Amino acid sequence: MATVVHPPGGAPAVKTGRLRAWINKRLPVEEFIANQLTGYYAPKNFNIWYFFGSLALLVLVIQLLTGIFLTMFYKPGEATAFDSVEFIMREVEWGWLIRYMHSTGASFFFIVVYLHMFRALLYGSYKAPRELLWIIGMLVYLALMAEAFFGYVLPWGNMSFWGAQVIVNLFGTIPVIGPGLVEWIRGDYGIADATLNRFFALHVVAVPLALLLLVMLHLVALRRTGSNNPDGIEIKEKLGPDGKPLDGIPFHPYYTVKDVVGVGVFLVFYAIVVFFVPEFGGLFLETPNFEPANPMSTPEHIAPVWYFTPYYAILRAVPDQRLGALLMLLSVLAFLFLPWLDRSKVKSVRYRGWMFRTALTVFAISFVALGYLGLQPAEGVYVVLARIFTVLYFAFFLLMPIYTRLDPVKPVPERVTYHAHA
Amino acid sequence: MRTRRIAGMYRAALVLVLAALCGGAYASEHAEEGGYGSDWQSWRANTNVANLSSLQRGARNFFSYCYGCHSLKYVRYSRLAKDLAIPTDLMQKHLLPAGAEMTDYVVTSLPVADGEAWFGKAPPDLSLIVRARGADYVYQFLKTFYVDPSKPVTGVNNLALDGTAMPHVLSDLEGLKRAVFRTVEHTGENGEVVTERVFDHFEEVTPGRMSTEEYDVFVRDLVTFLDYVGEPSQLVRRSVGVWVILFLLVFTWLAWLLKREYWKDVH
Amino acid sequence: MADNGVTTEEDVDSSRRKFLLTATVGVGAVGAVFAAVPFIASWKPSERARALGAPAKVDVSKLEPGQMTQVTWRKQQIFVVRRTPEMVAKLQQLGDAVLKDPESKSSEQPEYAKNEIRSRTPEILVVVGNCTHLGCLPKPRFEAGAGELGADWPGGFFCPCHGSKFDMAGRVFEGSPASVNLRVPPYAFTDERTLVIGIDDASQEGVA
Repeated sequence: MATVVHPPGGAPAVKTGRLRAWINKRLPVEEFIANQLTGYYAPKNFNIWYFFGSLALLVLVIQLLTGIFLTMFYKPGEATAFDSVEFIMREVEWGWLIRYMHSTGASFFFIVVYLHMFRALLYGSYKAPRELLWIIGMLVYLALMAEAFFGYVLPWGNMSFWGAQVIVNLFGTIPVIGPGLVEWIRGDYGIADATLNRFFALHVVAVPLALLLLVMLHLVALRRTGSNNPDGIEIKEKLGPDGKPLDGIPFHPYYTVKDVVGVGVFLVFYAIVVFFVPEFGGLFLETPNFEPANPMSTPEHIAPVWYFTPYYAILRAVPDQRLGALLMLLSVLAFLFLPWLDRSKVKSVRYRGWMFRTALTVFAISFVALGYLGLQPAEGVYVVLARIFTVLYFAFFLLMPIYTRLDPVKPVPERVTYHAHA
Repeated sequence: MRTRRIAGMYRAALVLVLAALCGGAYASEHAEEGGYGSDWQSWRANTNVANLSSLQRGARNFFSYCYGCHSLKYVRYSRLAKDLAIPTDLMQKHLLPAGAEMTDYVVTSLPVADGEAWFGKAPPDLSLIVRARGADYVYQFLKTFYVDPSKPVTGVNNLALDGTAMPHVLSDLEGLKRAVFRTVEHTGENGEVVTERVFDHFEEVTPGRMSTEEYDVFVRDLVTFLDYVGEPSQLVRRSVGVWVILFLLVFTWLAWLLKREYWKDVH
Repeated sequence: MADNGVTTEEDVDSSRRKFLLTATVGVGAVGAVFAAVPFIASWKPSERARALGAPAKVDVSKLEPGQMTQVTWRKQQIFVVRRTPEMVAKLQQLGDAVLKDPESKSSEQPEYAKNEIRSRTPEILVVVGNCTHLGCLPKPRFEAGAGELGADWPGGFFCPCHGSKFDMAGRVFEGSPASVNLRVPPYAFTDERTLVIGIDDASQEGVA
């Protein structure tokens, strides 16, 4: 039996220099690298869906970097915010690029995160033993939604203003404390300077800190359970004589070099939007936001940015204000309960039966359709469709204990499926 | 194999969703909704901010006809001179108002209070008008003024912005035209017959100094200028983008070769 | 083939691998450097700062002999003095013995001010008012033999912070903590009355 050869670059430190020894005695640098990268064994059968986790991390870094620089030029405040954004766009050298990177990054963050979440649905990554990994990931998603919302208010365009108005008023639907709570959130009797300033603080300090902490916990939890894979097989259950998983390969170098390819492809798409279609036809930067906030005039079509529209469609589909807000909240929180709603014996869609496959397909279609409907005016056939898809959306979660138990599953193989290309 | 086919199906769906997103964005940028038979709503500005002479003519048009009332408060004369390749002495002689510095912002001398008193509403700043409303809208607006005696102050109305407070300041160039409306009947939501007045066509009242084609070029140049003004960085954005993407393609190709090389280990 | 699917040494083409690794890391590093450029460049003075730093005009026709006026240009205080013929004559008497850099060899000034009088014309002196020691504003003490500076004071500038002394051409005296003369900004006369600070040549007027 051949021994594992560590490829060049991934070799353990043999010739440890004196400086390295000095440092490692005091700070476990190499131990950390060994644990996290070279010694972390990931399943070898990852497919395209497994790029989106590392890409989400990349976008987080891009957002932090561009955000820090925007903060250097942006001036919160009713009288200064809009002008300072135009100042960045016109008078700061390369300011337009930094701003477009940030605004495009926000949308790409959600694209990547939605694909990352869908991957978890496909391969049952939320199922035991990864329940906490999934819940922490959902908390990252919730923090990201808050971050995006606060950030959207900052340019103080007319959509910023009215978006803030609508979202903050949602809290007014809470019985008893609602009206007082709304006033407390705004810090004034309407969306005003005070609101903008506190949203700025939350956007640039508070929520990013929470995000970083949650992302770290997400990674810690991932290292504990190990990655799931498209076959939904626990590779830790089949160890080789060296104690390493038989179907695992060291994350570094194999997945680092693979993820770099993903990064390259991602950046090409990202650059196309940043440099050629930064408004993305009004989806990433909405045209009413090029007019300053105007409390006396609501834009004709008021819709949130595309990544919130599925939930917005659910809100509008319900004729009752309070129930609508409640359903919208539930539609987001429902994801948290997936690990316990899913009663199937198998994780991956590859070995599930027709019931789950149908349910997942219908759910995915509903989510995209609701996203589309949230951008349309709430009238006529759009409302009817939104109601149908809302029912289908919730049916995915509510009926899950039933259809996952009845689903005729296929036998799961012992080892992962992998076909070398070269 | 069935499972692989399913995975392939999802992958195809992913590609389709991305493609649809791109397509949707393209469509919403390039095809606004059409009208009731009359085609003014489908007129396209077709601006090209890379056309320097169009930009220069547009700047001249702006300062001759718009600047009396409208500002470009985010734009400096010096930036215009640089981006539009207008020599400083020409700029100072023809475009720069007396007493203004090249580094000043383009701000009209019309006081806000006068604007409100004369037109009922201060003329808006035009720095971001194309970004907020679209080039096509501004183009359609400037081409659909018509005589309307029911408007006591300006005597004109506009198809793109009904009830506009703005007078037709370009009427000496375009001339004045009358809008001919016709009534159409269609069945309403509850089955009742609804009559509606819809625009049919224009009729010349008084000719202007320009032919229709000349006026069209005039407006197009002006809208091109305002398009540039909305986002001056677009002059460099696309050319930088081409290099960035070429670089990223080379990098990705190298990374892919590297990945393939390393993954020869994995069987 | 090993059980865990990782290959044995003999299959690995290590030179190709090393080459590709170096190439990818190298190209990536070049990309990172290029990506850093916009961020670093964004710290440069913005167009607003540059507009505010545009050349400053001074009407010198109202300036009496022996009088000084102070203008702000690029956040610096610029002293403009109309010197009397006596002040100018006295400059020639001061030399190596009392001045640190009488010929302005190690001081900062445009070529046309690199002379004994440190100016384009004998009358008008234009200097950056911030002391070359640590940036305080020296005070005009144009009167020779004035009180606290002693009877042999030839007239010039005195910095109250750390006691640096300069003559009527902004040249630093021996015994001062400052080691170079007051800086002379670029300037030009666009006509007899108008001094423009921030340009080297009257034809540059109006260029931002």
